[in-house]
Formats: sequence, C-alpha cells, structure tokens
Amino acid sequence: MSILALDIGWGTTLAVKTLVVMLLIPLGALIFGYVFLFKMMAHMQSRLGPMESGGFHGWFQLVGDGIKFVQKEDIFPEKADRHVMALAPFIVMLSTFLVFLVVPAGPRIVVAPLDVGVFYALAVSSLSVIGVVMAGWASANKYALISALRATGQLIAYEVPLVLAVVGVVIQSGTMSLQGIVLAQRDGAIFGWDGIGHPFVLTQIVGFTLFIVAAQAELTQPPFDMPVAESEIVGGYMVEYSGFRFLLFFLAEFGTAFAFAALAATLFLGGWALPGVHGGAADAFGPVVVLVKVMFVAFLMFWARFTYPRMREDQLQALAWKWLIPIALVNILVTGALKVVF
Amino acid sequence: MVMREVKGMLSGLGVTLRTMFEPAVTVQYPHESEDPPIRARGVIALKEESCTVCMLCCRSCPDWCIYIEGHKEKRPPRREGGRERTAGILDRFDIDYALCMYCGICVEVCPFDALFWSPEFEYCATDIRSLLHDKNKLGDWMTKVPEPGPLESGAQVKGKK
Repeated sequence: MSILALDIGWGTTLAVKTLVVMLLIPLGALIFGYVFLFKMMAHMQSRLGPMESGGFHGWFQLVGDGIKFVQKEDIFPEKADRHVMALAPFIVMLSTFLVFLVVPAGPRIVVAPLDVGVFYALAVSSLSVIGVVMAGWASANKYALISALRATGQLIAYEVPLVLAVVGVVIQSGTMSLQGIVLAQRDGAIFGWDGIGHPFVLTQIVGFTLFIVAAQAELTQPPFDMPVAESEIVGGYMVEYSGFRFLLFFLAEFGTAFAFAALAATLFLGGWALPGVHGGAADAFGPVVVLVKVMFVAFLMFWARFTYPRMREDQLQALAWKWLIPIALVNILVTGALKVVF
Repeated sequence: MVMREVKGMLSGLGVTLRTMFEPAVTVQYPHESEDPPIRARGVIALKEESCTVCMLCCRSCPDWCIYIEGHKEKRPPRREGGRERTAGILDRFDIDYALCMYCGICVEVCPFDALFWSPEFEYCATDIRSLLHDKNKLGDWMTKVPEPGPLESGAQVKGKK
C-alpha cells in the first residue's frame, strides 16, 4: 500500500492513516465551528461573533473553548450507568470517524478504497444513533431519555430518504465505490458535452436536495433539532455530560457535519475532480478541491440551519415519511427509466 | 399551497443571506466610540444656580442615593423698600452612583429644572467611593448635556435648560 507513491510498511501506513483520520474530525469541527457557527451565524444575525481572542477576528475562540472543556470535571450522576455513559460519546465519535475512511481526496489519496463505499459510509454514519441511545439511557435523566427516543425516531426516519437519495447517483454511475463515482463524474458527459465532466448535482438535483435535507436531520441541526430542543428538554441526551465528554459530543456534531458535507461533495459535486486537472496534479490539488466543495455544501446546510425555526415532532416525521421518501422513490424510478432509455 | 410555502422558505433564506452581506449593527465599543442617543440615561448633571434646596429629588429618590445639605441666606430686596428675600444655598449635593438605579425620578420631580440627563456613560471607577459625585463633579457634567432635540409638531413648549 502506498500513499503518494511512497512505499512504506503497512504498520507505518496504518499509523499515518489513523492519525490523518483522527486529525480530520477536530480539524473539520474547528473549521466548521469557527467559520459557520461563530462567524456566518453571527453575520446572518447582524452580529460580529467573537472578535477578541487570538487577535484576528477571534479565531482562537473555539480552541479556547476546547481548553475550557478539557479543564472541567467529568461528572456522572449518582444513578447513572457509569460505564455506558462514559462510552457513549466515543461511539458517537466513532461513527464519524469511520465515514472518513472511504471519502477520497485524490486519485490515490483515500484511506480505504472500498468497492461498496457508499453502502459502508451510510451504514457507519447511522451507528451514531446507538451512542445517542446509550447516552440518553445511561444518564438516568428523563430529559435525556426523551431526547434519545426522539433522536432514534428521527435518525431512523431520515436514514431512509438519505439512502434513497444516493441510489439515484449509484444508478447513474453504475458503481458503489466512492472513487468510482468521482471518476464517473470526471469522465462523464452531459448529453454528449464533456466540458466539465458530469457532476451529478446537475442531473440529480432532486437527489442532492433530498440528501442535504436528510443529512441536516441526521445531524439533528435546526430546523430538525427536536432531540436537542433546549427550550423544552434542556439540551437532550447531552444534558448530564460535562468536560471532555461533552466536548466529544460537540466535536462529533461538527465532525459529522463535515463528513456528510464531504459525502455530498463526493457524490454530487465530483469530489476531488476538477475539469482539466489530471494525474499527479489531481493528487496535489485534490484535498483543496474537496475542501472547497465541502465548504460550499456546508454553507448550504448551515444557511438553512441559521434561517429556519425548529419543526414540531409530528411535522418532522411527516416531512420524512410523507414527502421526502415518496419524492426519493419517484426520483429513483425516473433515474432508472432514463438510464435504460439513454 | 405548497408553492406558497416553498416561496416563503426561499424568501427566508434571502433575508439571512442579505443580512450576512450587510454590515453588522455591533459597535466594537472599546475600539470604537459608542454614540448613544441624546436622551440616553448616562449620568445626571446638576445646574447649581437653579437649585433651591427644596429636597424634592432627595425625598423622591427610591434608593436614597442623593445627599443634600444647604442653608438659607438673606438676599437684598428686589425693589427699594421691599422686604428681604431668602434664598436656599447648596452646601452639599452628592449622588452616589453606586446606589443610583437610573430611574430618573429626581430629574422628573425637580420643579426648577436643576437636574438633567446626559448620555455620558464613561465614568466607571476602580474604587466604589469614587462613584459618589459631589456637586462640582455633577456641575461639570452639565457640559455633557446635549441640546434637546426638536419638539414634535403641536407639542407644548414648557421649561428650559
């Protein structure tokens, strides 16, 4: 196995890959937290956000918050199931962690080029619900439990349109490998014109929209933040957590946002592919191109997050089952029919 | 029906996007100077020559943060052969801003227009005793009292600075 044509032993490769993936979550969470949560949200509300810490536009604020969390005491309620409660944030984190394994950042920059990458990514991303249920149950707090049950209902409901939205892309590209999907978009053509390849967002705009909406719900972000509705269940399954474990939940939230944005960028926007860039240059520019596309997708997601108020529980379920899933099914049907025709 | 809702949601996105590109309303206070409106309640200024030591402000103050001492003096009569008049002279007029809750009742109640609001707000102190402003300091605040804005049309002109 080689990264960037360097031939190194599998042990070193494993260590490097693990390190890279482990760095991606806090890094992605920091970038997203600062750029979107602190700055974009502030400006959308006609505020400035943090301006002092670190000197330049408060760039150090989030790191400072992280340091604060690490200093805090790790508190467990008396009646809590200590071991399960201690483990829960790591499970949530792990699900994010595993998604990054299959997302390619260049022709050769991918941790694990699985043939069933799409299947794998969607499977591991739904693992987080187990961590959420563990956290909610083990906290021995009724708000946490209500929140965990809401989160379960929501994540299961929105897992379906998320998967169905991706099926259209899989039909069009004819592969489930994320690398294969990127290549299909790079080398594809829209009705014979191959000037910019064939980013699936152009032909799968319905699928893209469904994916973004469902991903938003998977992240339990507003307007789908019923499970963490602070005004009624005080913060949901995280209510009894403090210190480092709370930080893990926070990192996982934004790390998962990064992962879903990366998936959407790969599936619909052509991943690392840039028209006219081939070979070694694609490896060099790949990560930057992916990052730019990720930021664009994340902008759309956070834009909706900062605009819409929270949906009621029944509205939330109705949107998934009565609207998104039927639309996704019709989308699959039409995509399949057109695939056969052309 | 659905289209109307979609249109509403899109215009919502438009509002947040437009706000994002407009300059924020935040004033970076220690770095930039704040510009409070002229009727902002910053500090109370005292026009000593208007004060007659009637003690109305002192008595109406809800947290008793105004301390007044004064005495009477005889003044010569206005006309030849008239009687001498008495005038109240201030010896002490202190407002303890550590107690003041900026209700403005003293300013409202003053029958002789001796107390004024000023929007000046930068008089914090490191020592709580420095928040007791004496009559000289309160008199100095008069320079910070802005000219009142134009009256609404039809308003009755009453009182003067």
